[in-house]
Amino acid sequence: MDLSLIAPVLPEVILALGAMALLMFGAFSPEGEATARSAGWLAIAVLFAAAIALVTSTPAGAAFDGVFLSDGLTTFLKVLILIAAALTLLLTFDDFGRAKVMLFEYPVLVLLATLGMLMMVSANDLIALYLGLELQSLALYVIAAFKRDDVKSSEAGLKYFVLGALSSGMLLYGASMLYGVTGSTGYGAIAAAVKADGMTQNIGLIVGLVFVLVGLAFKISAVPFHMWTPDVYEGAPTPVTAFFAGAPKVAAMALLIRFTQGALPVAATQWQQIIVFLSIASMVLGAFAAIGQTNIKRLMAYSSIGHVGFALVGLAANNAEGTSGVLTYLAIYVAMTLGTFACILSMRRGDKNIEDISELAGLAKTDLRFATILAILMFSLAGIPPLAGFWAKWYAFLPAIKAGLYPLAIIGVVASVIGAFYYLRIIKIMFFDEAAAPFEAVESKALFVMALSVAFVLAFSLPFIGGAVGDAATAAAASIMPVVP
Amino acid sequence: MSNLLSVVTFLPLAGAVLIAFLNSDAKGNARWIALWTTLITFFVSLLIWYHFDKSSSGFQFVEEYAWLGPLKYKMGVDGISMLFVILTTFLMPITILASWESVEHRVKEYMIAFLVLETLMIGVFCALDLVLFYLFFEAGLIPMFLIIGVWGGKRRVYASFKFFLYTLLGSVLMLLAMMAMYWHAGTTDIPTLLNTKFPADMQWWLWLAFFASFAVKMPMWPVHTWLPDAHVEAPTGGSVILAAILLKMGGYGFLRFSLPMFPIASEQLAPLVFTLSIVAIIYTSLVALVQEDIKKLIAYSSVAHMGFVTMGIFTASQQGVDGAIFQMLSHGIVSAALFLCVGVVYDRMHTREIAAYGGLVERMPKYALAFMVFTMANVGLPGTSGFVGEFLTLLAAFKANSWVAIFATTGVILSAAYALYLYRRVIFGDLVKPSLKGLLDLSPREIAILAPLVVLTIFYGVYPAPVLDVTAASVKNLVQNYEAAVKPAAALLAP
Repeated sequence: MDLSLIAPVLPEVILALGAMALLMFGAFSPEGEATARSAGWLAIAVLFAAAIALVTSTPAGAAFDGVFLSDGLTTFLKVLILIAAALTLLLTFDDFGRAKVMLFEYPVLVLLATLGMLMMVSANDLIALYLGLELQSLALYVIAAFKRDDVKSSEAGLKYFVLGALSSGMLLYGASMLYGVTGSTGYGAIAAAVKADGMTQNIGLIVGLVFVLVGLAFKISAVPFHMWTPDVYEGAPTPVTAFFAGAPKVAAMALLIRFTQGALPVAATQWQQIIVFLSIASMVLGAFAAIGQTNIKRLMAYSSIGHVGFALVGLAANNAEGTSGVLTYLAIYVAMTLGTFACILSMRRGDKNIEDISELAGLAKTDLRFATILAILMFSLAGIPPLAGFWAKWYAFLPAIKAGLYPLAIIGVVASVIGAFYYLRIIKIMFFDEAAAPFEAVESKALFVMALSVAFVLAFSLPFIGGAVGDAATAAAASIMPVVP
Repeated sequence: MSNLLSVVTFLPLAGAVLIAFLNSDAKGNARWIALWTTLITFFVSLLIWYHFDKSSSGFQFVEEYAWLGPLKYKMGVDGISMLFVILTTFLMPITILASWESVEHRVKEYMIAFLVLETLMIGVFCALDLVLFYLFFEAGLIPMFLIIGVWGGKRRVYASFKFFLYTLLGSVLMLLAMMAMYWHAGTTDIPTLLNTKFPADMQWWLWLAFFASFAVKMPMWPVHTWLPDAHVEAPTGGSVILAAILLKMGGYGFLRFSLPMFPIASEQLAPLVFTLSIVAIIYTSLVALVQEDIKKLIAYSSVAHMGFVTMGIFTASQQGVDGAIFQMLSHGIVSAALFLCVGVVYDRMHTREIAAYGGLVERMPKYALAFMVFTMANVGLPGTSGFVGEFLTLLAAFKANSWVAIFATTGVILSAAYALYLYRRVIFGDLVKPSLKGLLDLSPREIAILAPLVVLTIFYGVYPAPVLDVTAASVKNLVQNYEAAVKPAAALLAP
């Protein structure tokens, strides 16, 4: 057998084999938390092995007859997904241990979800897209309901499943339309067919495009397909929410980039207006709806909706800088979100997780280090320089200005000012208000993630961090959008 | 030697990091480290001033390093920014000293916030890259937000939010304009952009976007309403820095960006600026007249004084710009001093209400003397620094448009009215209130704070040349370039 044929899928193979092996390990080990913890650490090791294989020995190229693609873009996004998955898994141990739900199935499901995400990122075909998406989604439905004795967690899982299935259906319907009018499911062939026949006005193509984009918009929780997000974020166990907020968003955004710019570059004006609308609606709703929230997980849900809107600004620009901007945005967004969720996980009194924002009152008096970290992350999410969140906005809006999307850019920055209000409110509660009862001491794993995230956010302005991320994103974007001088 | 500007910019940050490693109960150490850091920074900036070549109009002490992607880390000063750097480093030790006893809780964090703020303020005046400028300009919101919110008065939350959101909204529009400039010129390098000719219709939009940011920062009527709130609620040190330096960033921005980069738009929109300036001068002076709160009164007088600055800048003449710069410098000293004076009595009485005072001269003669000097400078009495700036800007305005000058001059009269009225109510009259009878006069620390400000106020009033010499070459260059850019456009428009 020629091993070079599967060389581009080496990380996926590692993940798949790792997941199987861990399943066996869990099934044949004594039941209990100790097994689950070992499985967790092993899963993190598998994720790292996949990342190392990805960076060192995965060549660019296609596998499975062009259905699966490996290039600069996929490498960038996959590294991001693997890091996010590993760090959120790390955050799970103590929380699940306290809730007595630390079971070995959880790391396995995370591995399978991650595998699905890597497939999504590499998908160069509508069928591959759907397969990756469903593998990911099925694993996510289960872990959303992982605290099975908890009503809210079960509700979140069910809600996510029903709405997710609906959106998958729409996506499939759109994909079938595209297949009908172009005669192919491969992105390359679709692009060629659309170009050759000049069918950008074809009604079948437009309907197919709209349905696929609706399905994808649901996955990235762009407005108006965002309804599930606050409920699922609130209901799911917090470590699971942290996972939802990071890696799956990256993977779904990758699908969106590849589908729009890889399969339908000719129909750019058609999908651009949809993206512009999704972007504006997400930014504005994310900014306004978050103001009234009292639960920090719901607030973060609206925050993530807003951030997806900002990232879409880069995609709407439809140029090389724009794609690079989306990638940079995602990297920064994941870093900020992980840190924030590590903070949310550390809001504990006794064994109880606290989710009410007002309980943060006077945190600066009881635990200044914790309050400072969360404040820095909030300022960064608000996009205040010199923190990373500012650079995310810089890289997202710069291409939009180049593309002449001035109204989009102006609405976007105004929305970011409105959004700044609720981030500031959290800082206000922590620093200006009278102290409430103190939280438990921050656990070492959460502190590790918090410190990592804050270091990244603070040091992004330095050339060897921000410059490196920016260069990597530019190189990655060049593999799908050739730079036009 | 070649990196002096970076040294002076980041020294305070280094001090802040040092303080961060102290024990949280080491109040004395935090204060001393902050004081020494700001003093050393001041001396380094004096060293820069000493080596500064006054005859050159270009940027000096330039440093340039690769930064993120196409952006450069580029610093440099010319005659205009040099003065603001000195003003900043000069006022910081005074601010730290002024907070020596009045700030008792969270001393460590307070000092860190101020030192970080100093780094950002100096950075604003030294940055020679658009994005670097924006970074410093905008990041200053974070420490100031915390200073007002944590150490402020009763309505501090409202004031801090208003300050933050107002300023942010103005700035993000400027950010978009910067992006448009980047795509047009292919660089964010400020010296290159100063020589870039933007198309006239583009200049309009860029000018308006920059105006949105600087007008809020300045602040100009009608977007000045955040200032009285922020001033009143901020602790004394915060008010001093806000009035003396943060407001100057708006004027500096007009001088660095609006006027030289968008000359055609500046010329066409100058009437708008004149109108807003006159409204600011007259309206806010009248508002100041009826204030019950000392800090609020000074805040409104700041808005009025900034009206003279914007008026002077947009006459785009040598006198006007010189006068505007001088007015900013003078206001930096005088308003800082006035807020310090309020702080002195506030520390003793814990109220800012004018009605709570009266007859202070009997118990505090030294204080009354210092307060009088600053009040006179605020009025613009000849012989104080306040006079020079107002006179030059009015002179320039008279040349540009005599109606503007006539309306603006009424502001001078009104300022005399509110300032002297304030002085009479606080210092003169009979000392009848029993709570005031035990007041002590200025302590040696307070004298050390106010004395240099008194000296400078009078010195610059009598002999303004040291300031005008530094700016002369740069301002001349600015005005010449402006006229060169405007003339052909005017010739085209003429029939």
